[in-house]
Amino acid sequence: MTLRTYIISRILLTIPMIFILLTTVFLVMRVLPGDPVMLHFEKMENPEAMALMRTRLGLDKPLLFQYFDYVIGLFRGDLGLSMQDYSPVAQQIFSAFPATLELAICSMIIAVLIGIFLGVESSKAYNRPKDQLIRVFGIVTYAIPVFFLGMILQMIFGVGLHWLPVGGRIYPAMEPTGLSIPLSLPPGGFITHFLLSSLAGLFLLGVYFAVAKVKHKKLSRKDYIISLALFVTGWLLWAGIGWYCISNGGIRVATGLFTIDSLLEGNLYKFGLTLKYLFLPSLTLGLVLCGIFIRITRSNMLETLRLDFVTAAKARGLKESTVTYGYALRNAFLPVLTMMGLQFAMLLAGAVLTETTFSWPGLGRYLIDRINFRDYTAIQGTVVVFGILVSIVSLAIDLLYAYLDPRIRL
Amino acid sequence: MGNMTQSLMTVDTLTVEYWTRKGKIRAVDNLSFSLEKSETLGVVGESGSGKSTLGLSLIDLVPFPGRITRGKIVLNGKEILKLQKDELRNLRGKEICYVFQDPMTSLNPVKKIGDHFVELIRTHEPQVTKQQALERAKKLLRDVGIQPERVSDYPHQLSGGMRQRVMIALAIALNPAIVVADEPTTALDVIVQAKILDLLNALRDAYGMALILITHDLSIVLQRSDRIIVMYAGQMVECAPSTEIYLNPKHPYTQRLLKSIPNIELADQKLEAISGSPPDLLNLPKGCRFWPRCYYAFEKCRREAPPLIETGTEHFARCFLYEEGRKA
Amino acid sequence: MKKLKIKKSMLSHLLPGLTSLTKRGLAGWLVIFGAILVIAVIVMTALSPWIAPHDPSALTVGPRLSPPSTQFPFGTDDLGRDMLSRVISGGGVMLQVAILSVIVCLIIGVPLGLFSSHTGGVIDRFISLIMDSVYAFPGFILAIAFTVVLGRGVINMALSIAVVYVPSYFRIIRSQVLSIKEMSYIEAANAAGARKRTVLLRYILPNVVPSIAVVATVNFADAILTAAGLTFIGMGVPVNIPDWGWDLTNGRNLLPSGAWWVITFPGLMIILLALGFTLMGEGLSELLSPKLEE
Repeated sequence: MTLRTYIISRILLTIPMIFILLTTVFLVMRVLPGDPVMLHFEKMENPEAMALMRTRLGLDKPLLFQYFDYVIGLFRGDLGLSMQDYSPVAQQIFSAFPATLELAICSMIIAVLIGIFLGVESSKAYNRPKDQLIRVFGIVTYAIPVFFLGMILQMIFGVGLHWLPVGGRIYPAMEPTGLSIPLSLPPGGFITHFLLSSLAGLFLLGVYFAVAKVKHKKLSRKDYIISLALFVTGWLLWAGIGWYCISNGGIRVATGLFTIDSLLEGNLYKFGLTLKYLFLPSLTLGLVLCGIFIRITRSNMLETLRLDFVTAAKARGLKESTVTYGYALRNAFLPVLTMMGLQFAMLLAGAVLTETTFSWPGLGRYLIDRINFRDYTAIQGTVVVFGILVSIVSLAIDLLYAYLDPRIRL
Repeated sequence: MGNMTQSLMTVDTLTVEYWTRKGKIRAVDNLSFSLEKSETLGVVGESGSGKSTLGLSLIDLVPFPGRITRGKIVLNGKEILKLQKDELRNLRGKEICYVFQDPMTSLNPVKKIGDHFVELIRTHEPQVTKQQALERAKKLLRDVGIQPERVSDYPHQLSGGMRQRVMIALAIALNPAIVVADEPTTALDVIVQAKILDLLNALRDAYGMALILITHDLSIVLQRSDRIIVMYAGQMVECAPSTEIYLNPKHPYTQRLLKSIPNIELADQKLEAISGSPPDLLNLPKGCRFWPRCYYAFEKCRREAPPLIETGTEHFARCFLYEEGRKA
Repeated sequence: MKKLKIKKSMLSHLLPGLTSLTKRGLAGWLVIFGAILVIAVIVMTALSPWIAPHDPSALTVGPRLSPPSTQFPFGTDDLGRDMLSRVISGGGVMLQVAILSVIVCLIIGVPLGLFSSHTGGVIDRFISLIMDSVYAFPGFILAIAFTVVLGRGVINMALSIAVVYVPSYFRIIRSQVLSIKEMSYIEAANAAGARKRTVLLRYILPNVVPSIAVVATVNFADAILTAAGLTFIGMGVPVNIPDWGWDLTNGRNLLPSGAWWVITFPGLMIILLALGFTLMGEGLSELLSPKLEE
């Protein structure tokens, strides 16, 4: 099947899966427990408060209506209101998400790096003690409960050696703020601004012409019309965005990922601090996940290293590192990529426990908080978000893999 | 066996074993020989005779689970098996080069031909620039009969014969003392075979290197080599100058091998195959390893394993027929 | 009658099979070693009322928060309980949850897998789609969701874990059945007029059993880790039963004061138990489908 067919069919497959996911979560969280409001309040203390909550959260409507509200709400980005303070759940999730994202990315990087390195070493020492040791290591790290590992690391590095902080993401004064550029009207006021906009438009125009020249196209009327449109677009963009930024006092670029934000801010001290806090949690999660990467790298390397051209390369006296990394590792690349996607679900699951252990203010800890507070709407919203995240990531990985693997293309 | 102190390379009681789960297999059993400068040595044997293992052991690249359990290999005064990893690596590709059997899989499919050469030359001579290396590559390709423009092609764009030539060019690139060619023609068709063999010989004359030709085809080495070693079940069963092997084969196995070569001049030649099959190396017969297939086998052959016996000047055979006091 | 015959033949293969494990190289040893670990833990837990030196729930048997000593080899926790006794007795909850979840999975997952793959068609695709959706979801989070809704307790934890794991059984069985169906001896049986159910039970099922065994061991290991995780976040057993997971949660608060022994020993026990099952699973899967070992 062609690449296009595959992409389309794969995307189409995701839709029913997400729907099943949504419905399952709805069934489990709304239908199964009976009355979430009752569960939230536990005792029938305050019937007025309970009735109020029901109305405000739309829980007094018939189930089918609730279901439609739920699904439609999801499309609009509305995940309901929290039972605690009636603030939008989506907002809370959105603000907690970057922390989890940062943790997830770092953990995955660590897991892959450790996994590949040990996998290569293991394959080079095939069936010798080093190999067996590394394989056992991979198995054992999987069997360790992630929070236990976290606590041990906390004990050793935090309490025992005092090298690294035990929890949290950073202390409040030190939160990176990202890139902030204060902007105001340039000298000369609006006239200069409009002139600069014209320059922007001319710039786009110039690029278009340059590209055309390089391609040796003959300039036709169509080209002139397009270039005029580009000029206008450029002008409008510069003028519009510029005005927007100026009226807001400046531009602020912040990703929510402290590592990037601190670099954008240009503050290396904050960067170092971020890393200090980030290190233990991502190491914990990375170690637990690395086992599978060790395994697939090892088996891939073993297969490749047996191939003739590897032996031939060795016979020509090429360096060990050239042979291993240059020749054989290329083959391990693709499976590692797929596995990264498959492991994403495990990553999120592990993140929940890791965040709890290290008091990391991410989505996982948010979930646990909401559970302790019996905030059922928030729990439901979070579970849905997790599910959608996993679906999207696996879709992305599948598509990327299809693009990179020539077999599927043909 | 030649003048030991002057030989280019000497192999002394080399034993290579494969340690498998089912047991230890002796692929090469107590082999000793020497190689002189600019000499062509032919190593002949059936599949399973240990000849490929022998070749690989000369550069210490016997694949796992094989290991060299005994013996010495001395090249230009250096003991190969005792070298450090880096020294060994320096040797490979530069002083002793290996041409592999299957050109299809021996070249890196994602690297251009020229890059193979650049990589090889710059690993051993780091001061050479990429440009210079490419120039040398082009010259080498010309030497083996390939158009120099092919340096920018990928292996899959070349035919089998051309790939084998590239392998040979890589082998002679750094002017080695020895080139070991393992079945250099088995994967090729007959016409190309002859060309490749002629090429090897021509290069040998031009560059003054020694050549070890490993093959199962006796006819190839009869004409083109100075000396021939015949291997059977891991042991050397005969060793002699090639003319001697042709005119005066001593070991029954060698004799049968000769008889099985088709001769175009004999109109009514009956090809005789050797009955039986090579022995299972895990269950070797007692006594001489060849006796179950030997026409001349007698009582002693079944009981004792024959040693190498000198049957003439530089002619050795492992057979009781040539024992002192026996009439062949 | 027919079902009894199958079981007897399977048993007669089992015993010599067990002894031959030692000869199967590394994989065999993994299975044996793993099994020893698991059995040791089970026996220890079962015998705990008799071998534990103190009552694991009894308060102030010793000085509070005392480090390991000759009197209390594993130390005591903040309420003065003997950690050694708690470690010996703490596996009960986890083992119960694990065993229960595996049983539920077998009861639900195996027949479902067999049915779906054997029936084929739209029903098969529909069920597979549901299973795939559940499978793709982060298991632990789903388990949390279920526990939140169902409440705490051993049975609920087991059910939550079972729900998460049924798709794994389903998938393995389905893929096995599909590949076996291709083989000619099934065709032969069908051609000879055997009933669909007969084919299923006598031909397909015995061949699927080994894969089920592998999934079951991994299921056990995961169940233990998940149960520990659930307890850690407060979703464990509500009653004051000695439980390793609970010790970890409790011990966490004691870490800053340097009391490392409260979490270390229960944690190690969890690791050993999970490791035992994992090793068995590794060994079994290697035995059944030998990969690269020569």
